[in-house]
This record gives sequence, structure tokens and C-alpha cells, in this order.
Amino acid sequence: MTPAVLDRRKVLSQLFPNPDDYLFVTGLAGSARDTAGLTKDGTNLFTMAGAMGAATSMGLGVAMSAPNEKVVVVTGDGELLMNIGSLATVATIAPENFSIICIDNGCHGETGGQTGHTSNKTNLKMMAEGAGFSSTLLIESEAELEQGVSFLNETPGPRFIHLRVIDGAPTVFKRNMDLAECRIRFRSAF
Amino acid sequence: MSDTEPVDWSKQLFDDFVAAGITLFPYVPDAGNKQLIKYAEEHNGVRPILLTTEEEGVAVCAGADLVREKAVVCMQSSGVGNIPNFLSFVNGGRFPILMMISMRGDYGEQNPWQYPMGQAVDPILTAMGVLLFRVDHMDDLAPATEAALSATFKSGKSAALILSQRFLGAKAF
Repeated sequence: MTPAVLDRRKVLSQLFPNPDDYLFVTGLAGSARDTAGLTKDGTNLFTMAGAMGAATSMGLGVAMSAPNEKVVVVTGDGELLMNIGSLATVATIAPENFSIICIDNGCHGETGGQTGHTSNKTNLKMMAEGAGFSSTLLIESEAELEQGVSFLNETPGPRFIHLRVIDGAPTVFKRNMDLAECRIRFRSAF
Repeated sequence: MSDTEPVDWSKQLFDDFVAAGITLFPYVPDAGNKQLIKYAEEHNGVRPILLTTEEEGVAVCAGADLVREKAVVCMQSSGVGNIPNFLSFVNGGRFPILMMISMRGDYGEQNPWQYPMGQAVDPILTAMGVLLFRVDHMDDLAPATEAALSATFKSGKSAALILSQRFLGAKAF
């Protein structure tokens, strides 16, 4: 495995030049902070700060209930692995309007940087393919990041992007942590 | 339950769910929800969602709520042991989540493995702020369903419709 080179703080804005065009659901910790930075904690974003493993399934519920919206889940390697079976659930339903971005830093950044499975033998793109995703992309360079934009726009959904990044700090952005308020905010804007 | 059950309670329950505007039926397969999910598969206006674990279903229901749709997660009582951490966003975020729980490990259970989780269903759900609406007899079904639907989609609470083994019939092994 080649060493990661991408900085997680810069990848989402390149993949999503127009973040207002999407509804975002994120996992906890770094993926939440990065996506809060991308959307300026917008009304099209629901982030988590607990309930590890819930992001993909919550995003699926949004995607199935709002088929005319483009729905994106931004998650991390640890969060995704905690409920990896959700990939099978998504593959079976196969919602066209659904994409998963897994920001893989190979460690549990929020709890002290402990080594994660993806730093060892685990390959998340292969796991997504094994679950039944036909549209998958590994991004670990600037060139592949550019491909990611057309991948999101042109390949059939559901899509899975495995985005390898260096083990570094996530975006600094102070988001609203009142989850009841965030629920109402999201519903009111929809 | 046998296939020759004279009253099709699954149909009654399914019709009540559909009338309340429920469109998604995430489920982990169980004998107690088999017929209900079959009705969901045959209905054009709703979607069943096969899950790998019950907690996925709680999150799917919350996602539907974020865009103003309604769902019910259907599971066996053992699945209640898989969902408490996800009930943290239900409770803290005041998501109106509805569950249909078909019991094991209560009235007439013959499998000793089922008792510990079956008997823990009420305290676990209560601890996480979920209201319980129990069905022991056919006469309970319609009012308990209506009460659970009102608690969730009119009053914004989370609620579980609990179908006991007294109602479902204990599975023989």
C-alpha cells in the first residue's frame, strides 16, 4: 500500500464545487467537521457526534425518501466498519441518487489516533464491491481527485468513493451540536 | 402463527401503517413480520428494506424523517439489544421513530436462549425514552397501533408496538 498523500481538509471542496446541490449526512468526528466546513454547517447537512455506524443508513433513509435529491454520506473508515453490513443494504436497494464518500485516514483520529484496520489488511473499496456496489473509485492522488468529480456526476448510483488521506487534523469548524435543533433545521429547509 | 389464522392481523396492521402515511418498512426478517413485509413487497406505494442489523433500521427511519417521510422498523425482540446506541439520536434529537417488535422470550417461550433478551426489552427501551404499546390479544391490536402512531407522528415521541408471544403464539422447537 502506497503512503497516503492527500490532506482531508482540501478534498471535499474539490469533489463538491457546488455543495448546495446536495443533501449531506455524515458520521461523527473528522468527517462531520470536514463536511461542516464544506457547507458552512448548512441546512442541507446533518452531522453526528455519536451513534457511530449510523451515517450510511441514515443517508439511505434520506435518499429513498427524497428520490429527486442528490444525497451524499461522508463517513470515516472506523465509522463505516462499525456497520459495514449497511453497504449490503444499500447495494440491494440500489438508490440512483446516493453516494458514499469514505475518508480513510487509517486510524481513529478522534480518540487518540489508534491504528485502524485499513492500516493493516482491510480494503474498503473491495468490501463495497463485495457488498454489491458496481460504481466504486479509489482516490489517493490529486489526479484521481479530479476523476472523482466526473465519477460523482456520470456513473450510475449508488456510488462508493474510497478516499485515502494522511493521518492529519480535520477541518476546524464549530458546528451546531444540538441534535434536536439540527433535525428541525434540516426538515425546515427541505 | 399458522397460515390458516382466521383473522389476518398482519393485513390490518399493514393497512393501518399505510393509512398513517408510512412509506418505508426497514426490517430484519422474523416470523412475526413475515406476512407484513410480504404485503409491503406487493404494495406499489411503499418499500421494504432488508437490513443486516436492526440499528440500521433506526437510522433509516431517522433519515426518512429528515425529509418529512414516515417509516417503521420491524424487528424481533432480540434486535432491541442491537439498537440502544442509535436510540441516542432518537432520544437526543427527538426523532419520532416507530418500531414494530415481535417478541421472543416471553409468554410460552421454549428456547432458553431467548429469555434474557426478551425480558430486557422493556427496561432497555424505557431507559432510552421509547414508549411501549403492548399487544397481548387481538382486541389490543387496533387501539395499540393507533396509540403508537399518534405518539410518534402526532406527538413526536418514539414508540414501540410490542406484539407479545401471547398474541403471536409461542414458536415450538
